[in-house]
Amino acid sequence: MAGLISYGAHVPYHRLARADIAAVLGSGGGKGTRAVAGYDEDTTSMAVEAARVALGANGLRRRVGQLFLATATPAYLDKANATAVHAALSLDEHVLAADMAGSVRSGIGALVTAAGSTVPTLAVLSDLRTGLPGGSDEAAGGDGAAAFVFGGHRPGSPVIAELLAHDTVSDEILERWRMPGAPASRVWEERFSEDIYVSLAGKALAAALGRAGIDLAAVDHFVVAGLHARACARVRRTVGVRPEAVAPDLTGVIGNAGTAQPGLLLADVLDRARPDETIALVVLGDGASVLLLRATDALPAHRSSRPVAAQIAAGSAPVPYAAYLSWRGLLDREPPRRPDPEPPYAPPAHRRNSWKYGFTASACEKCGTRHLPPDRVCASCRSIDAMVDEPMEQVHGTVATYTVDRLAHTPSPPMLVVVVDYDGGGRFRCQLTDAAEADAVIGARVEMTFRRTVTSGGIHNYFWKARPVRLGPPAQD
Amino acid sequence: MGSHGIRDQVAIVGMGCTPFGEHWDRSADDLLVDAVVEAVASAGITIEDIDAFWLGTQASGVSGLALSRPLHLQFKPVTRLENMCATGSEALRNACYAVASGAYDVAMAVGVEKLKDSGMSGLVGTAMPGAGDDSRGEVTAPANFSLLAPAYAAKYGLPEEELKDVLTRIAWKNHVNGARNPRAQFRKEVPVERIRSAPIVAGMLGIFDCSGVSDGSAAAIVVRAEDAYRYTDKPIFVKALSFVAGPADGVLDPGYDFTTFPEVVAAAQDAYRQAGITDPRSELALAEVHDCFTPTELVLMEDLGFSERGQAWKDAGSGLFDLDGALPVNPDGGLKAFGHPIGASGLRMMFEAWLQLRGEAPPERTVRTVGEGRKLALTHNLGGGPGECVSFVSVVGSEPSA
Repeated sequence: MAGLISYGAHVPYHRLARADIAAVLGSGGGKGTRAVAGYDEDTTSMAVEAARVALGANGLRRRVGQLFLATATPAYLDKANATAVHAALSLDEHVLAADMAGSVRSGIGALVTAAGSTVPTLAVLSDLRTGLPGGSDEAAGGDGAAAFVFGGHRPGSPVIAELLAHDTVSDEILERWRMPGAPASRVWEERFSEDIYVSLAGKALAAALGRAGIDLAAVDHFVVAGLHARACARVRRTVGVRPEAVAPDLTGVIGNAGTAQPGLLLADVLDRARPDETIALVVLGDGASVLLLRATDALPAHRSSRPVAAQIAAGSAPVPYAAYLSWRGLLDREPPRRPDPEPPYAPPAHRRNSWKYGFTASACEKCGTRHLPPDRVCASCRSIDAMVDEPMEQVHGTVATYTVDRLAHTPSPPMLVVVVDYDGGGRFRCQLTDAAEADAVIGARVEMTFRRTVTSGGIHNYFWKARPVRLGPPAQD
Repeated sequence: MGSHGIRDQVAIVGMGCTPFGEHWDRSADDLLVDAVVEAVASAGITIEDIDAFWLGTQASGVSGLALSRPLHLQFKPVTRLENMCATGSEALRNACYAVASGAYDVAMAVGVEKLKDSGMSGLVGTAMPGAGDDSRGEVTAPANFSLLAPAYAAKYGLPEEELKDVLTRIAWKNHVNGARNPRAQFRKEVPVERIRSAPIVAGMLGIFDCSGVSDGSAAAIVVRAEDAYRYTDKPIFVKALSFVAGPADGVLDPGYDFTTFPEVVAAAQDAYRQAGITDPRSELALAEVHDCFTPTELVLMEDLGFSERGQAWKDAGSGLFDLDGALPVNPDGGLKAFGHPIGASGLRMMFEAWLQLRGEAPPERTVRTVGEGRKLALTHNLGGGPGECVSFVSVVGSEPSA
């Protein structure tokens, strides 16, 4: 039996209230909120966070054979972004890590590729949706990521959703497009493509259902994703599924995360689907794709440790619209009168990939003392070169002392700094993110999160930060 | 193996110190020429009489040429060195050891830094580009030292408001002292309310909790103790020089509690042993300590043995370290009133010890402890931050030991 063996999602902590857009600009906006990637998040870091949830259980990390990162807003061009995700997940060096980047359709492309793979394949869908201030894409968009592992199941990681069938129709259609580097996409008149999409969805759905030998009445969860909101709504309404089977599209609370939207909606359904229920995932964009899955008995015991609904509920109070604009580089704020942050240098970063990306510290073989960052000489017993790797990314800690740095360079001043004492030993000083000043207190419990700390000289600096523990215990690998 | 010290083997016989401040019209070269000229004049010698030079500067020049070129020194040994904020003191230590060894008869230590030309707020780092993997991230100096405040308050059950009052008083005291010092950058007393309500820079620290950014230079001439009275009637004898670089494990060891600088404790204990001091609070006439930020001075009072653990906030609050207190600390105004041109600060501190022990400080700033017969002064620097720093402690005296 082929199918899905694990999944996870990342909904950023921050929200933007759409009403704030209109309050500032006098137009635009709308109702509800959308998820906003933090100033220190991009599609690579969000992909890591989603994949960490998906890979948390059952030693899956050591078995993943391929990684595909799908995004319409890659952090880099030319250079792969999937390799940064690969490094942050400490995957084996022989794992293929490749981008599927540029189009929103790459999300379903990665899912379908993973679903058809014979080795455990990690598909990560990550997107950061922007738009010009006041535009509908800004308000309707959302940021987030979702990750899925298909194939290669074993007793420890059984199939949680069987792949029943898949079908895709491809259609070259000038419906939505964006020149590389442009801040917002353009769309043709919506009604032109609406009819086309509804027709394509019908074709793909019929083909997939036929292949699976089931009919629409058997669909228990009907998920439709795509940037063409009108087309998606009409497909949900008119295709003929039972109304109660239509899955919520979440756009009111977190917006439409583009490439990642099918993943986020599917993860949300998997968070609650019962064994033997059938899920139909329809994705519209330059054609239509349908994945038919059936939940197995194994699903309830292997759901995501961080349900989408819980992440939505744990979101922040809305950030000011001006803060959102400056995070996105749409509002240029006066920098501190300090030298620009240094860009990362390639050789030292590469020498320490396992620390910088994997947050792998060292532990003394003689006395057990943890060293963050890894050292060669033990700070405690002074043994030399008697260290073993000590993965720290899943270890929680407690704030020993803290400060609020109002001078330091940060896209979202002030910078919160904490000294973290980890459960089981070890200490590290780092930034506190997804937090307010009141969260920086002695004794606060924190967990680690992978972030883009700064971009300088056209180079992204990725590293780990602490964030307050708001959701359940970390997954154990 | 041990630290034997060079008690009473060498003496300082001449010093110079420029005013510290915004020297828009002076270069680093100008400043160090000024300090050197004043120092040789006070010793009654010429630059040619000096056999060897140690120049301390963090970022205002590299190599011995940074001193030999502006002075046009004629083929003399000049060592340029750097040890973070203890750089000036480190220059003095090396010059003293060179003379004590017998290698040279007359040595000079010079410290200089030109910070204002950068146009930046606060100190600008000078680490080698690409020295690390960029995983440490930027934390400014005030933020780094502000880590001490909540930790101290938590450890001793002190409400943060009360701690803020104590820190405010430390800043207020040093500004009072600096207001009486013509060489200080800031020469006005600052009302307590203004200090306490100043805009916050980092953590609990307002702008008046931070030392300023300034330019300056200072210099000292060192000779063998037995030669000292040939140069001056009032030489200052070096009793102890102690310097340590810490293992920097406070940043990775949960056992470190951010209420002390173990490096300072180690340097102080070594210095007191070299100098034969058993009770610094009653034996020292004054101390010039590294008040880069107000919580630093607070913690130093305990690390240097002036206050019992957990008591410095009371002692500082009660005026013990005021100009007319039992142990005046930073009578010249400290880094608070002088700013902190890295390479110059340690020698600027020594300059105050030189003035006070010789009875040459202006009357309005003269500590009464000297008149009461105390003859020893301490200077102290630290560089780095809580958990990982270097520290220097010296003890000097106006008389050779009996």
